[in-house]
Amino acid sequence: MVRYIIRRLLQAIPLLLLISIMIFVLLQSSGDPLASMGGKRLTRPEDRARLAKIMGLDQPIYMQYIYWLVGNDWVQIDVDNDGTLDTYGTRKGVIRGDFGFSLLSRGKLALDLILERLPNTMVLMIPAEIIILFFSLVVGIYSALRQYSLTDQVITTASFIGYSMPIFFVALASMYIFAVNFRKWGLPYLPTVGMFDPKVGKTFSQVAIHMILPIFSMSLVSISGYSRFVRSQMLEVISQDYIRTAYAKGLSERMVLIGHALKNAAIPFVTLVGIDIPFLLGGAVITETIFGWPGMGRLFIDHLTRYDTPVVMGILMLISLAVVFFQLLTDIVYGWLDPRIRYN
Amino acid sequence: MESNLKPTGIPVITDIEKPPLSLSQLVFLRFKRHKMAVAGIFILILMIFYSIGGTFFKTEAYSLVTDTSIRLNAPSTEHPFGTDAVGRDILARTIFGGQISLLIGLVAMTLEVIVGVLIGAIAGYYGGILDSLLMRFTEAMLNIPQIPLLLVLGKMLSDKIAPLSIFGRQFSGSVVVIIAVIGLTSWMGLARIVRANFLSLREQEFVTAARCTGTKNWSIIFEHILPNTMAPIIVSATLAVANAIISEAYVSFLGVGVMPPTATWGNMLNGAYTYIESAPWLWIFPGGFIVLTVLSINFIGDGLRDALDPRALTQSE
Repeated sequence: MVRYIIRRLLQAIPLLLLISIMIFVLLQSSGDPLASMGGKRLTRPEDRARLAKIMGLDQPIYMQYIYWLVGNDWVQIDVDNDGTLDTYGTRKGVIRGDFGFSLLSRGKLALDLILERLPNTMVLMIPAEIIILFFSLVVGIYSALRQYSLTDQVITTASFIGYSMPIFFVALASMYIFAVNFRKWGLPYLPTVGMFDPKVGKTFSQVAIHMILPIFSMSLVSISGYSRFVRSQMLEVISQDYIRTAYAKGLSERMVLIGHALKNAAIPFVTLVGIDIPFLLGGAVITETIFGWPGMGRLFIDHLTRYDTPVVMGILMLISLAVVFFQLLTDIVYGWLDPRIRYN
Repeated sequence: MESNLKPTGIPVITDIEKPPLSLSQLVFLRFKRHKMAVAGIFILILMIFYSIGGTFFKTEAYSLVTDTSIRLNAPSTEHPFGTDAVGRDILARTIFGGQISLLIGLVAMTLEVIVGVLIGAIAGYYGGILDSLLMRFTEAMLNIPQIPLLLVLGKMLSDKIAPLSIFGRQFSGSVVVIIAVIGLTSWMGLARIVRANFLSLREQEFVTAARCTGTKNWSIIFEHILPNTMAPIIVSATLAVANAIISEAYVSFLGVGVMPPTATWGNMLNGAYTYIESAPWLWIFPGGFIVLTVLSINFIGDGLRDALDPRALTQSE
């Protein structure tokens, strides 16, 4: 098992390199970061050239990538642009945890900016994922056990519709109903945007109230998709012989369903969820934008629109790392759920 | 079979009188049974009529007229869907936006199918090093979350291409960029399906036979194997139209997709959430069109999946 994990981690390295090269080339060859550095007097050509040199932007793209990856403290650079090499570079490179300075928020490390926002996104993501898993399992199993009944038909149709909904539509509609119209009708209403009411402050209850609508919008679409999947998996499993055997042995319904059927039905489900979790972060861009939630998704879109490569690159690499991590975790859970799978 | 038995117990073979159903007839029969899919076709045709037929009532120039004196007006007889933040008529914009959204869906799907089928077919047919290289690349693409990737590409490229005119109409160059970006970031699932089918089909006798008669590789791929794996491709292609429309809406919604003044259902929603209290018609109409279209395409895809299922086809009708 340990050897398997080590091998998988080693395999992930070329994959991450490939992804980082693709994104780096895309980002770097597109906009001019100097144009949007926000400086008011950064017009003199010599200043520009000097700045480009300090930031390594005068280098060919493969050198820029190498600097980004392993840093430039092993090469001398010409800081004042007078033709002689002056000092060694200061960047340490991503592999030593240096994502560089943000171009937009001056003097702040890209990684610090990201880590500042990460907890806010987690506060949203973790409860959302728990709710998604709980409800999709409950709804999926319930409708599988009552296949072709009226409830099952209502659930499958509703989940098909929910699954086709774009997340922004759910978000806008729920905001319109539960925040805007409930207020108009004098009912208890939910807040529209933000993480807390600035007048009250960042208290637990404030954050909790503000979380309801974003979590609702994110969960609805996912629960619809997952519950359909759980339903079809459960249907496949409960028609098998070993389930009949389990009933014949006199096991209780609960034991058969949870202990025998669900454990096997969950195996493909685990893969699906494991692949999807990191992608929730991508979906968070839209939810966080609509609900004004100060998380990583908002950070991403705000800094992307102003060509802040270090921050954008950092977030994308973090998500890619999460993808690799969750794939590995999925494989491990797999082995635990299904003893027939052995990793050697 | 019971109905074919006369009281005497002698089976009457009625099928011999009429020719057996062809594959497409079988598929059509099965598809018709899926009521939601038929409703989906009906709604989709309405949508196409709406966005194409609408041009006879409103001109595109009208959909671009800005008049800030009537900004954010509620729906009225003059502007049945209201006006947006710069006073453009939302009804006219949903008509012309619909054309662009549907166009993006169709063309991006075509691109996706071409890339996905090519990569999947080559990887599955040739195998070996080519297969593992292509599949590693596919995995790398799958590991980049699509929405951030779309946003990056959309942002980087959408203002790089000059406006172009097709059929005498002016299109923002970003339309082309968005089509290319969506098509080139969504082929991975299809490529994997096609590869898996090619892997199993290339071992079958008819392929060996074709090879023995000296058939060229490309002919085996496209004329012998590909027709045998059309069903999953058709289903994926249908669903891909819906996904492309949603993807366009996502990026345009965040303001990095198709650039105004060219309208799409997606970019009409851009900024709509800031007026959620005062002007709900900004998002209800374009958002409603997106939902209806996507939902009906998904139902059609679901119906096609059932109708094309080979296990179901072998059962007698």
